Amino acid sequence: MDPKNVIICRCSDVTLEDLLELFKEGYSTFEELKRIKRVGMGPCQANTCGKMVQWEIAKYFNKPLEEVPFHNMRPFTMGVKLKSIKEQADEE
Amino acid sequence: MKSKADYVIIGGGISGCSIAYNLAMQGAKNIVVIDKSYMTSGATGRCGAGVRQQWGTKMNCLLAKKSVEFFENAKEILQYEGDIEFKQEGYLIIASNENEAEQFKKNVALQNDLGIPSKVLTKEEALEIVPHLNPEQVHSATFCHTDGHLNPFTMTDAYYHAAKRLGVEFNFYTEVLDIETKAGKITAVSTDKGKIKTNVVVNAAGGWSKEIGALAGVELPVYSRNHEILVTEPVEKMQGPMVISFSHNIYCQQTPHGAFIMGRGDKDEPKSHTMRSTWQFLDKMSSTVCKLLPKIGELRVIRQWGGLYNMSPDHQPIIGGTKDLEGFYMACGFSGHGFMLAPMTGLLLSELILGKTPSMPMENLSLERFEGQDLDEIETSVV
Ligand SMILES: Cc1cc2nc3c(=O)[nH]c(=O)nc-3n(C[C@H](O)[C@H](O)[C@H](O)COP(=O)(O)OP(=O)(O)OC[C@H]3O[C@@H](n4cnc5c(N)ncnc54)[C@H](O)[C@@H]3O)c2cc1C
Repeated sequence: MDPKNVIICRCSDVTLEDLLELFKEGYSTFEELKRIKRVGMGPCQANTCGKMVQWEIAKYFNKPLEEVPFHNMRPFTMGVKLKSIKEQADEE
Repeated sequence: MKSKADYVIIGGGISGCSIAYNLAMQGAKNIVVIDKSYMTSGATGRCGAGVRQQWGTKMNCLLAKKSVEFFENAKEILQYEGDIEFKQEGYLIIASNENEAEQFKKNVALQNDLGIPSKVLTKEEALEIVPHLNPEQVHSATFCHTDGHLNPFTMTDAYYHAAKRLGVEFNFYTEVLDIETKAGKITAVSTDKGKIKTNVVVNAAGGWSKEIGALAGVELPVYSRNHEILVTEPVEKMQGPMVISFSHNIYCQQTPHGAFIMGRGDKDEPKSHTMRSTWQFLDKMSSTVCKLLPKIGELRVIRQWGGLYNMSPDHQPIIGGTKDLEGFYMACGFSGHGFMLAPMTGLLLSELILGKTPSMPMENLSLERFEGQDLDEIETSVV
């Protein structure tokens, strides 16, 4: 399949072709890819694309998957409304 | 990695990258940048990347004004293919009471004197620019339409690529462990990947600049502390300017990509190097934004994180050398506004290092200004 048509990150609209271009430029870690292309930074927090990004890094740089660090996971796992957080805080 | 260099820059944040680019631009060769992690892993990649010229001290005003002039043309100057996402739709600074309004009027007078096009706005005028402001929380405001914000990753990447094209060597995931000196001069920098002989070191290590100073035996009057921030899901454009309030303790912007980014300070935060996310921040941030900008309360937070502010005694940066150690230079103590000043940080420090006359007097940026007497000016317009 044409890498242009393979969507890796649905939230931030990043294709396999985008990743391959970044690899070619020398960006080789999940942390760098995230910051340059927003891959894995959308509402799903890389829950959908994370494994695929890790896999593509391993494939391109010819490394065992377990040697490719996963990205640094931060709260939240799911989006929460600011208003709901405020209301919860007011109750406590 | 080179084993010998003319200049070793410690830190691959916006400061280190700007200094490297500016040195190379002026013809310096054999420049090496070292960072213990990935590019923008420090405060740079964690910051709000807001750029404002509405400051309370002359020095900060001038540095910010000249930096804005650079950002306006940065894409062309640095020949960057990507998008630095400079959204220049102003900073709206909210005054909550008469006292704040009085101080802001003085600030605007100073800013106007220096050629910064800021102005005082009535409550009604402020609400015209940001209609979702809660009118009950607004006394008046000040506004400067040429302020704005950028994408901190791509802006740093732009400097990085331009510096690389000029021959600068970057070494990421490489940690500086020691700085060797002999008879008041630098001789080498040792890292976990080997040693580099050099006579010039630039300390652009952000939150770790005090520790880097200590490696060279130079004591720096700075400290670090965590500062938290969050981002929401992206939505259609609803806010032009960055909204900021010192009394509510908030800054809040909508990036061109659609997400809102907001943060606040905590004066009780202890000095440390921990970069953490807390529920206490989340609670306070949510309450503050719901109070000042109620409509934004409907948005979902998707991520929160922390980063280090590197504080100096007068909340203005330290950019310069030191008489105690030849060849040792620093750019640190940015006190939460080093991103926006980076173009000037790089220009001034490179001029100083290369023995040229700096484009602006640098006495008020020197390490020596903290010796003895009272400080001339302290910046109070900080979140
Ligand atoms: C939450 C938050 C919001 C902010 N908002 C704004 C804003 O809106 N506008 C603004 O202008 N500023 C803002 N700031 C401040 C701004 O981020 C910083 O002033 C600026 O990024 C400093 O850049 P720097 O390159 O000097 O330091 P850093 O980006 O911290 O870079 C220092 C680098 O040094 C490296 N390093 C440290 N020790 C070693 C070692 N021993 N060996 C090798 N490398 C080492 C680190 O890995 C790091 O990459 C904010 C900061 C935070 C935390």
